[in-house]
Amino acid sequence: MMHGKHLVAVGGVLTASLVLAGCGGTKAAVSNAQLNAGAKQVTLTITANAISGGKNAQEADWITKYVIPQFEAAQKKKGVDAKVTFDPNGVDDAPYKTKISLALNTGGGADVISIDGIWVGEFADAGYIKPLNTVVGKDVAAKWSGLSQINPAVQQVMTYKNQLYGIPDGTDGRVIYFNKNLFKQAGLPTDWQPQSWSDIISAAQKLKSLPGVTPLQINAGSAMGEATTMQGILPLLVGTGSPIFKNDKWQGDSAGLTSTLDLYAKIYGADKLGDLQWQQAANGRDQSFAAFAKNKLGIIIESDYLWRSVINPSNGTAPMANRDTAVGWAKIPAETAGTGVNGQNFVSMSGGSGEVLNPKTKYPQQAFELMTFMNSAAAVKARLGNTPQITARDDVNSQVLASDPLLSYIAKDVLPITIYRPSLSDYTKVSTALQNATDSVVNGTSVANAATTYQKTLEGIVGAGNVFK
Amino acid sequence: MPETSSNKEDARTSVRDDAERQTRQKSTHEDEDVVGLGKRRAVAFVAPALALISVFLIFPAVWTLYLGLTNYGLTGSQALNPQFVGIDNYVSALTNPAFLNSLWLTVLFVFGSALIGQSCLGFLIAWMMMRVNKVVRGVVEFFVLLGWIIPSSVSTFLWFALLDGSSGTLNLLLHTPGTAWLLRYPMWSIIVFNTWVGTAFSMLLFSSALASVPPSQLESARSAGAGAWAQLRDVIFPHIRGHILTNTLLITLWTFNTFTPYLLTAGGPDGRSEILPVFIYKLALQNGMLGQGAAISLIMIILNLMIALVYIRLLRTKEQ
Amino acid sequence: MSSLKVEKASTLAERESKNGLASLAVRKFLGRIGTTVFVALVLAFFAIPVLWLVFAPFDAHPSMNVKLPEFTLKNFAVLFGDSSALSSLRNSVVLAAGTMVIVLIFGSVASYALSRVRIPGREVLLYSLLLLSSIITGTAAMVPIFLLMVRLNLIDSQLGVILVLSAGMLPTVIFILKDFMDSTPKSYEESARLYGAKPLRILWDVVIPIARPGLATVSVWAVVQVWGNFLMPFILLTSPDKTPAAVIMYTFYTQGGQPNLALISAFSLVFSLPVILMYFFVSRRYGFRFHGGIKS
Repeated sequence: MMHGKHLVAVGGVLTASLVLAGCGGTKAAVSNAQLNAGAKQVTLTITANAISGGKNAQEADWITKYVIPQFEAAQKKKGVDAKVTFDPNGVDDAPYKTKISLALNTGGGADVISIDGIWVGEFADAGYIKPLNTVVGKDVAAKWSGLSQINPAVQQVMTYKNQLYGIPDGTDGRVIYFNKNLFKQAGLPTDWQPQSWSDIISAAQKLKSLPGVTPLQINAGSAMGEATTMQGILPLLVGTGSPIFKNDKWQGDSAGLTSTLDLYAKIYGADKLGDLQWQQAANGRDQSFAAFAKNKLGIIIESDYLWRSVINPSNGTAPMANRDTAVGWAKIPAETAGTGVNGQNFVSMSGGSGEVLNPKTKYPQQAFELMTFMNSAAAVKARLGNTPQITARDDVNSQVLASDPLLSYIAKDVLPITIYRPSLSDYTKVSTALQNATDSVVNGTSVANAATTYQKTLEGIVGAGNVFK
Repeated sequence: MPETSSNKEDARTSVRDDAERQTRQKSTHEDEDVVGLGKRRAVAFVAPALALISVFLIFPAVWTLYLGLTNYGLTGSQALNPQFVGIDNYVSALTNPAFLNSLWLTVLFVFGSALIGQSCLGFLIAWMMMRVNKVVRGVVEFFVLLGWIIPSSVSTFLWFALLDGSSGTLNLLLHTPGTAWLLRYPMWSIIVFNTWVGTAFSMLLFSSALASVPPSQLESARSAGAGAWAQLRDVIFPHIRGHILTNTLLITLWTFNTFTPYLLTAGGPDGRSEILPVFIYKLALQNGMLGQGAAISLIMIILNLMIALVYIRLLRTKEQ
Repeated sequence: MSSLKVEKASTLAERESKNGLASLAVRKFLGRIGTTVFVALVLAFFAIPVLWLVFAPFDAHPSMNVKLPEFTLKNFAVLFGDSSALSSLRNSVVLAAGTMVIVLIFGSVASYALSRVRIPGREVLLYSLLLLSSIITGTAAMVPIFLLMVRLNLIDSQLGVILVLSAGMLPTVIFILKDFMDSTPKSYEESARLYGAKPLRILWDVVIPIARPGLATVSVWAVVQVWGNFLMPFILLTSPDKTPAAVIMYTFYTQGGQPNLALISAFSLVFSLPVILMYFFVSRRYGFRFHGGIKS
């Protein structure tokens, strides 16, 4: 008797589970672009990976102290009672991405969501976000005046399959930094512009003679995550001829990949031109920054983030008192002249982030108004405050960057030659595979083995037919 | 009652028999419904817990297991249109060298931290505490418990400070400057860390168990000339045998599934401390591959089940 | 036979007196040293890592390493000035207390019934639940739990988090408590029944008092689990005024993403104190014990 009841209960739960499991999440149709367009009472939410007093505090404070009051006031003048709230987060990228994925999966989440540019593809494929044209209507999206101020190359940050999904709010560029004082001590020119990988290596070998100085830092290993891919592997790989994704196929264990891994083996292996421990430790990237700030690291490939947020003498996390006199920069060379993508002599990689709209928002037009307000020239300038940063808008850039040599250099000389990562669902997994390949190589595995493992992993991710060598 | 025999063999045997008899008596009483609950009311007592568990545990757990048969992912087309892939996830996991590496590391981790570390150390401490005065006992128990009580996000920082390569406390104490323990000895680091965290539970459990051994039996054993080891083997172990196995089962399961080492080494360097919970976390959170994560969760449960069966079998045979 | 025994007895006594009190003293002395060394090692092992928590919060420039602090209370001033930090502690208390109450009530009642009455399949049920609970405390069950909570409209609800965490802990709690109650003598319950008391009464008046140490231990375990739990509250709660301390801890990073050690160390201390105090309170009043019963 008890047995029977038990069995029925268990069976019931199982059946219900299986039935409901099949239902998955709700991904119903997008709300009508004109939904609630004339509403007099509007509630909107913004979310970002920023929190007052913590990560990206400046952005969080800008949202709560500038964007929301200004927007609500402007709406009031139009006779609309708007209530905007901010959902802060202060965690790593992966948990943040998980949290907003879960929310979008179930039709919830904020109305305006800040995301990293490389998530656009996978969010779009999952149905989490829709092209701006669909959410707010084609004419509305195209009519925004700010669009003309955003370089089409930079628009790529929030574009997927030729559709714009959101508004990019900034971009960056990578250069090869070097310490002019250490160069002088080692007998190297202070207006250095390497023309090839071997130029970098020979400079590093000269720096090896300086005591207590690590010659070179090119990010490797999986501890640094995407920083390895963006500042390490990809700038090198695109210097061998092809980007990671070309003609609908992904680059496998090509000759270019082998050359890249060979360079890593040279730097962290026998020649000991780099510090292996930094590539292994959980906070290795921070350690490399601290060393550079203390004039103990000769050469490092990094983005403008290093210049403006890390070694910034006024408010950096590892301030470098003599930054403005001691730090030099140059474009990253291809393997040799002309071997870069598109036959370029120099290369760079760029990333960016932006905002998207929740396709299930109750107030599409108002949410778009909020998002475009956040990306207006005045608002962007307010966000930057006193720290110049490369924005998506040309007009703001020309005003704000004039005072900063490195940032104007990047905006002028690097952005035209830079390459963006493919905004595809599989990119994150391919990136991890690349990081693991460098991890193996710097920790002693042979380049051939690491390349073969990478090829196999890649085929497992994208399918053998979608790989090119 | 033990005889006043001075023959050591006889004394030991009779004391052991008494211990076993008491344990057996306890278990035969087990099935008596002394309070007159009756099966109906008993089911009513269990019902609230069972209801909560059905909705918030069984339902999502079964759903997760179902996901293990699909290629469901948190983002990408696999989120919109997950495909049923049958046992593909299991096959790819079992042929994945990274998974097998993770499995092996987990076995090492459980053996080192749960069995040898927490159990043995916990028992030793409980055993020793019987011989020291109350003050010392209080102080020792407090510090042992600190590791268990302090939240894991805090203890991570404590161990970073301890194991740091440049000027960590351990290097200062051992005069080994510059040794990056987390990088050179990642498995040892997480095994010792997990032992530090978990020993308190074993210590408490064994303390209670040892306290429940009738002192009269210990007395007779001692007067029969039994040394410490013999007392342990013949009087104490039979009494606490069941408790040893309960404890070991629980901490094995907990250690097998603990995720905290991720905060210390993130599974690195190069996957050298990537135990299964960390492996799944990376799959689920960094790659969003929830179908595979779910499949591996089931594999873990099956392994836990096998371990539990081994422990139960040991308990049964000993009772016979 | 008996003469043999008598002979052996006298040999033993002779041997003892021959070796004399001297050897006994030596053995005792060595034992004492051994115990002291052992206690010292154990104390060192468990106490040394905690040093950072003692020094760093009071250090004006704390680093990742243990060093004597440049004494200051500024870190705490900054912490208490941050309203979200304090409210997060309040949220942690709400979650921990709520879970503890549910787990204690449902768990003790269920484990009592399972211990005293032979419900068929109870062992299998208990072990399977124990194993299943490891799925939902891991990361793989994230999506099903989230979707379930959406369906039940329990997203951004502290009650939702409490229910999920309780369900995850109940199997272990029932397992521990049942084991505890199995070794509790039934004589008192038998006598109470003879006096005509109803089962619930017996549970409340007889069993619970005896079981208090076990219940105390389980409550501390439950509170510690919830206190440090990051993933569930992070996923299920969105309002900043509901975020518990375990999640807030991860946000004490600087603008650029470096850990703000001054805040982290101060917060760690404040974060750890409540559970430590709870341990003191419980161990003083009830003592920790897993297996009850009056010693025979």
